[in-house]
Amino acid sequence: MSSPSNVGRMERHLRDRRDNGAKLLVAYITGGYDGWEAAVESAAAAGADAIEIGIPFSDPVMDGPVIQEASQAALETGATPASVLSSVPKLDTGVPHAVMTYYNLAHHPGHERFAATLAKSAIDAAILPDLPLVESGPWREAASNVGIETIMLAAPTTPDHRLPELCEASKGFVYAVGLLGVTGERAALAATATEIAKRCKEVTDKPVLTGVGIGSPEQAVEASSVADGVIIGSAVVRRLLDGGGAEGVGDLVAAYRAALDAG
Amino acid sequence: MVMTDPNKEGRFGDFGGRFVPETLIPACEELEEAFREAWNDAEFVEEFHRILRDYGGRPSPLTECYRLSEDLGVRLLLKREDLNHTGSHKINNVIGQALLARRMGKSRLVAETGAGQHGVASATAAALLDMECKVYMGEVDVKRQALNVFRMQLLGAEVEAVSSGSKTLKDAVNEALRDWVATVEHTHYCLGSVMGPHPYPWMVRTFHHVIGDEAHEQCLKLMNQLPDVVVACVGGGSNAAGIFSGFSDSDARLVGVEPAGGAAVGRGVPGVVHGMTSYLMQDEVGQVQEAESISAGLDYPGVGPEHAHLSAIGRAEYPAVTDQEVVEAFQLLSRTEGIIPALESAHALAWVVREAPSLQGQTVLLNLSGRGDKDVDQMMDVLGPGNIQ
Ligand SMILES: Cc1ncc(COP(=O)(O)O)c(C=O)c1O
Repeated sequence: MSSPSNVGRMERHLRDRRDNGAKLLVAYITGGYDGWEAAVESAAAAGADAIEIGIPFSDPVMDGPVIQEASQAALETGATPASVLSSVPKLDTGVPHAVMTYYNLAHHPGHERFAATLAKSAIDAAILPDLPLVESGPWREAASNVGIETIMLAAPTTPDHRLPELCEASKGFVYAVGLLGVTGERAALAATATEIAKRCKEVTDKPVLTGVGIGSPEQAVEASSVADGVIIGSAVVRRLLDGGGAEGVGDLVAAYRAALDAG
Repeated sequence: MVMTDPNKEGRFGDFGGRFVPETLIPACEELEEAFREAWNDAEFVEEFHRILRDYGGRPSPLTECYRLSEDLGVRLLLKREDLNHTGSHKINNVIGQALLARRMGKSRLVAETGAGQHGVASATAAALLDMECKVYMGEVDVKRQALNVFRMQLLGAEVEAVSSGSKTLKDAVNEALRDWVATVEHTHYCLGSVMGPHPYPWMVRTFHHVIGDEAHEQCLKLMNQLPDVVVACVGGGSNAAGIFSGFSDSDARLVGVEPAGGAAVGRGVPGVVHGMTSYLMQDEVGQVQEAESISAGLDYPGVGPEHAHLSAIGRAEYPAVTDQEVVEAFQLLSRTEGIIPALESAHALAWVVREAPSLQGQTVLLNLSGRGDKDVDQMMDVLGPGNIQ
């Protein structure tokens, strides 16, 4: 399968990797948290295919305790969208970057302005988990006008009849939410994780990545038996909260990479 | 009609909508559908009104304040939502939503609460209808409204203190939403005000419409005319929406009173949080700010979208009063009329007292949304037993 010519950098990169036989790995790191820049570079060096950079928001409703704690700590030390975004072009990763944040931070400055800021800041894609498909049209258009890919989330509760439209609207990849719940590691992979990925794969040939609830390399492998890959967030951020630093993050990502490569 | 149904995207003018994670979209759609159906089902509506009457104590009386009216030079009428079962207007909405949850086959309620009145009402409805109930309450509010925490527990609900963010109502809403994202298949989120994603603002207002309908009739009966001013306090805005809805097509001036430390409409900056676009207190980049009010029930940086709309079109006005003015109004009503109001409701009175010189000779209908028993402990700290003015 060759990439359609009009796709953005995130999707092109992930398609190429997938079509070369790789399982995809995306790592999330909370921007602004102490040591986040080194952690991003280290995650990329350890084999992440793309990095999600969180812009901390005051009311992260899709996040569990780990990412909430990192976000709050980052806000308390003065992190702002500008402070996080201005650092990204200086990072040496060699892979595409997505931001993950909440819609009010795009709404407040205005869609055009926020999208333009992302485009100027070495960001390829955006994930706004509180902006569902029905409300997303104006933002997606503004983003797309400056080449920002908006990654949409498909949930276990999303009905079949809405999936084709949702996958069509999603750019970069399709984010299959692995379980009913907020971000955070779980002891076992939820049954919903493979179900939702399978349902997405049936209606799109875009990369489908499963995220939310992935807590071990074994779970990542299991989820990737259906999905094209996984997103790991809380597991990574917990390393930072526990004081593992960039090195701890690199080791963790390397472990996931090795497991996915071994199949 | 001014207070009409929202459009099909759930918007009142530019405000409202459905800004929740994709996971919750089907639940919001199901709820909208179920509510439309139920509200068109005479049996459902009858059961709702029957419970409000036989269990809740409706209709609530209209009380004329003779002493205070004379002091202020304003004819002051109180709509006595404080006399409802559980002590506030919150029971209207909760009975409606609990009946709806049962109709949808959901066996568990989650709720957020600030002052604890909505939590108590939710716990009450859950006991009545044999449902499980979990209430999220900010840690700060758990302390200042300890009595209500115990009431909820007595009623069989589980209360979880929320320690994230500002540890008040805003964060309790976040935590209730997180719970709902994980439990949506068997749980109904019993939201306590005219806020949140569509259909909540519209549905909650509809369940509180009874306040305005009764008051309209009671005013006509008492005075053969409608009041010049209708005033209510505004946190999310449910008691205000309820009473406004009975008068929005009259000539009455509609006044929603916000706390100075939580004046979402007053600042007039639109934002998106908790599922809706509305006026929202936020900093220069869009982080939601923490409200700061003496009253836990109004300690909220946002406001229901229909109020943002009523303000934008100039139909209602939203002044703010200070904690100090509220403390004085709280004591004033207690002394002159023998009614201890909730601190929330005292905001509405504080505005009347301040504006009295410009309201001379007018009739003012004030929605007394709740009683002040829950606040007595806190006021003892504020005033000190020897310091009552
Ligand atoms: C007595 C009373 N009035 C008012 C409110 C504020 O809610 P709303 O603005 O939705 O009426 C509360 C909330 O806790 C309350 O307990």
